[in-house]
Amino acid sequence: MLTEMIQNIPQVLIDGLTLGAVYAVIAIGYTMVYGILELINFAHGEIFMTGAFIGTAMLIVLTGIGWVSSVPTIIMLIVVLLFTAILTGLLGMGIERVAYRPLRNMPRLIPLITAIGVSFLLQDIVRFIAELKKGNYIVTGPSLFNSQLSIKASSISSIFTDATIKQSFVIVLIAAVLMMIGLDFFVNRTKWGMAMRAVAQDRDTAALMTINVNKVISITFFVGSALGGATGVLFAVQYGTIDPYIGFILGLKAFTAAVLGGIGNIRGAMFGGLLLGLLEMFASANLTLLSHGVFGAEYKDVFAFIILILVLLFKPEGLFGKPVTEKV
Amino acid sequence: MSILEVKNLTKKFGGLVATQDISMTVEKNSITAIIGPNGAGKTTFFNMITGVYQPTSGEILLESEKLNGLKPHIVCRKGIARTFQNIRLFNEMTVLENVMVGMHAHLKAGLFGILFNLPTTRKEELDSEIKAYQLLEYVGLEDFLNEKACNLSYGAQRRLEIARALAAEPKVLLLDEPAAGMNPKETTELTRLIRNMREEFNLTIILIEHDMRLVMEISEQIFVLDHGVKIAEGKPEYIRNNPKVIEAYLGTGAVHAG
Repeated sequence: MLTEMIQNIPQVLIDGLTLGAVYAVIAIGYTMVYGILELINFAHGEIFMTGAFIGTAMLIVLTGIGWVSSVPTIIMLIVVLLFTAILTGLLGMGIERVAYRPLRNMPRLIPLITAIGVSFLLQDIVRFIAELKKGNYIVTGPSLFNSQLSIKASSISSIFTDATIKQSFVIVLIAAVLMMIGLDFFVNRTKWGMAMRAVAQDRDTAALMTINVNKVISITFFVGSALGGATGVLFAVQYGTIDPYIGFILGLKAFTAAVLGGIGNIRGAMFGGLLLGLLEMFASANLTLLSHGVFGAEYKDVFAFIILILVLLFKPEGLFGKPVTEKV
Repeated sequence: MSILEVKNLTKKFGGLVATQDISMTVEKNSITAIIGPNGAGKTTFFNMITGVYQPTSGEILLESEKLNGLKPHIVCRKGIARTFQNIRLFNEMTVLENVMVGMHAHLKAGLFGILFNLPTTRKEELDSEIKAYQLLEYVGLEDFLNEKACNLSYGAQRRLEIARALAAEPKVLLLDEPAAGMNPKETTELTRLIRNMREEFNLTIILIEHDMRLVMEISEQIFVLDHGVKIAEGKPEYIRNNPKVIEAYLGTGAVHAG
């Protein structure tokens, strides 16, 4: 049993890192908003889904007008990613402006429920448009980057079996990692990143230091949503078929990742995402083996949420979070 | 020439009157103190000037420009910076970053410049770091620039707050109990710093303070508040011997007994 588990480690690592990178980038969106507003923006999963649909729609249109054959696929993907990021960024900013800002000083439960409402709204709007255009809300985009790569893990050590990956895996992984590095630079090294951290720590004092708090909050939503939307495109490229409900479970998992890393902590969210992806892929590869066939790979979701429950029970501040002392 | 003018400033919280009809004129480049027993409305007064509270009635004029109704970050951009009675630094950020946050409005870097890491943006970041370092040097904290703000000693945190406020390049600096919790040596250094700041940065300084030795030593003008009302104003010698002030601090009968 153990040897089988060791054998498939290379495949688990590759699959886990890719899935984890997707979780990580979405988790950043949750954690940034929480850090600043102490709001769990449940609509963030739907921003991701909307991004997947916008990206797929663009790819379908571009394929229709023959761009795909005349332009290198990778350049087309970059263009689509950028456009989707800008559109979903604006969408996130707009949602904050319309749905959350008027409720800024209300009890925290109220914007939370609004966020759930916004997520249903987005699901149904996207479904409506998809059905109108395609007749079906389950949409399949053009398949890109389908060539298989094989990693000769067995040449490193004979106990591993070779891992195979679709080319798109590599692209998803690279794009997600680039986004994370870019964000980390933005938050730690730039004027607006610094303003963001200042607002997260003490909104009133930041305002007295010439920082326009509303603008910082808008930028936070823009950046988080742009990253989430772009990840949606990557997801669509990776898995091909999307529907308006993919944001729900994926959003919950990314939220789990954010809690795992300590909500409000950006690097924690990145780490939590990668860790959750790896754990989940490990579970899906080995659960059958470990439980002698009682549980199958489909229990990987249960596995992810058991982690959430355990973290909340034993280390509610997350791996990198600080214990919260009740404000007096 | 006056720089800050306040006319009939009143703030009510529901039925509670925090300040009533306060008027004052502050001369440019002067050091002014606001004193009064606890609960006299001093901090409320600062909060109105900085835009944290909107006054119920009355006017605030900075160089004849009305400040009422402006958001705190705009007021600060117009040239009023402050420190806090209970220190409010960004504890999880470094000392240098705290000062750079104070410079926020003076950094032009647009999103475009940041995204493409343009040379002008990079130069500006470097310049702002140098300027932040100079301010830290000025208050004597240059050795701690990469330390987290929460790890500084109490007196050092107070000085960091001053450096952060200076970073906003204010015309008027409000200090809310700058000497609170300081030992006599630190207070002496603070006195020197306040005087020096006025010359170096061409500032007008208004401070709330309970340390009477400090107040009497450095202020050119003193305003006394009690129960939200201005009960006296004038030079230190005048305030020291004003019966109303003594009464506010020590209670009725103190004047006759003394």
